[in-house]
Amino acid sequence: MLLIAAFTALVAVLAYFVGEYFAPGGGIAALPFAFAISTGGALVSYFAGDKLILAQSQARELGPSEEPQLRNIVEALALGLGIPTPKIYVIEDSAPNAFATGRDPQHASIAVTRGLLDKLDRTELEGVIAHELSHVGNRDIRVMVLVTVLVGTVALLADWMWRSFFWTQGGRRDRDRGGAGAIIAVIAIALAVLTPIIATLIQLAVSRQREYLADASGALLTRYPPGLASALRKIAADKEPLEVANKATASLYIANPLKDAPAFFDHLFDTHPPIEERIKRLEAMD
Amino acid sequence: MEIIVVLVILGVLALLFIATYNRLVTLRQRVKEAWADIDVQLKRRHDLIPNLVETVKGYATHESTVFQKVTEARAAAVAAGASATPEQRAQAENMLTGALRSVFAVAENYPQLQAVQEFKDLSENLTATEDKISFARRFYNGNVRDYNTSLQTFPTNIFAGMFGFGPEQYFELADATERETPQVKF
Repeated sequence: MLLIAAFTALVAVLAYFVGEYFAPGGGIAALPFAFAISTGGALVSYFAGDKLILAQSQARELGPSEEPQLRNIVEALALGLGIPTPKIYVIEDSAPNAFATGRDPQHASIAVTRGLLDKLDRTELEGVIAHELSHVGNRDIRVMVLVTVLVGTVALLADWMWRSFFWTQGGRRDRDRGGAGAIIAVIAIALAVLTPIIATLIQLAVSRQREYLADASGALLTRYPPGLASALRKIAADKEPLEVANKATASLYIANPLKDAPAFFDHLFDTHPPIEERIKRLEAMD
Repeated sequence: MEIIVVLVILGVLALLFIATYNRLVTLRQRVKEAWADIDVQLKRRHDLIPNLVETVKGYATHESTVFQKVTEARAAAVAAGASATPEQRAQAENMLTGALRSVFAVAENYPQLQAVQEFKDLSENLTATEDKISFARRFYNGNVRDYNTSLQTFPTNIFAGMFGFGPEQYFELADATERETPQVKF
């Protein structure tokens, strides 16, 4: 709830100044639209966010007789957590990775890539699945779906406004406006730049803490932390980026699927805690 | 004035009563649900065994004592499933696990059997089911522990007896090697 409020406020502030920029006094008029968009975004993500994310990642649901080993692992671990077996999806991509999504344990899905199935052995796969199911059991998935779709909405809006600025550049209205108009224009542009960044920072802060927690509860579930540690090592060693992942969905995966973290920003923009640190914590559990 | 104080104290006590009672009911219900999860997997194992016996029998014709043992152990486990306490059921299931091991040990001696698809499917299914039993058992025992702990801690232990809440039994399988990941080799 707090998150939705934060995002709504962000969208509202953005809309106010942009509205003010296009038509002085029009900022207030833009507010209802802002609320409609962010409420709509929240509702859509609550009810259909998992489907959007799965479709976006080109995940295909497994039939009942496909991949029996994966299915058995998921079913067994779901029993260990006392949650219903989630729907299982496969992404046909050779980069090893996995994510879980859905709004609650009764409507949960788990997706793994073909590369994960091919490259990991059974204990490693168990570790990864246990990590993902812990996200389901800890009710992380709802927060993550909401955040993913809301960040997507904010980014889309900012992008959209950004383009409108270019269209109206040099138009006659600019000259009629005077000093106050110029200040508002500066604020509007600054916000259009900053809003997506702030939205992303919220998302990242949320997701990093949850990764540690899911590692720990996953290890508790399998009683075998080295399985997940070794899986993380293999996933980290694999240099291939996952093509179907993007900035909005990156934080859902068990390890950053983009593999392009710029050194300059250091850890501020990481979607995941450093893998070495996660492995170290897992090894300390033995 | 004094009446008000007494009423407030009584009200608080009543609320405490209700909260405790409801919490115990919730916890006991969770134990029951977890038990149902185990029950489903145990039944699934019972259903797979006759097929396994038939398949192995077709190749290992001279091992009738092993088959008889596993059939008896299965019958005992099914009977225990109808009524017995978790402790008695665990005992019957342990017998069955032992008998199953000897069936697989016998099967090892018949290389042609190892190549039969039906046998492969059955042993993969049985391995998976045992895996599920062990996870379901862990979830069940976790819930029993939560329930039993809250029964025995103060102040719940004062009311628990009055309302007829008794401790639940753990489901223990005497199997030290069960934590190891089952290896399915063909």
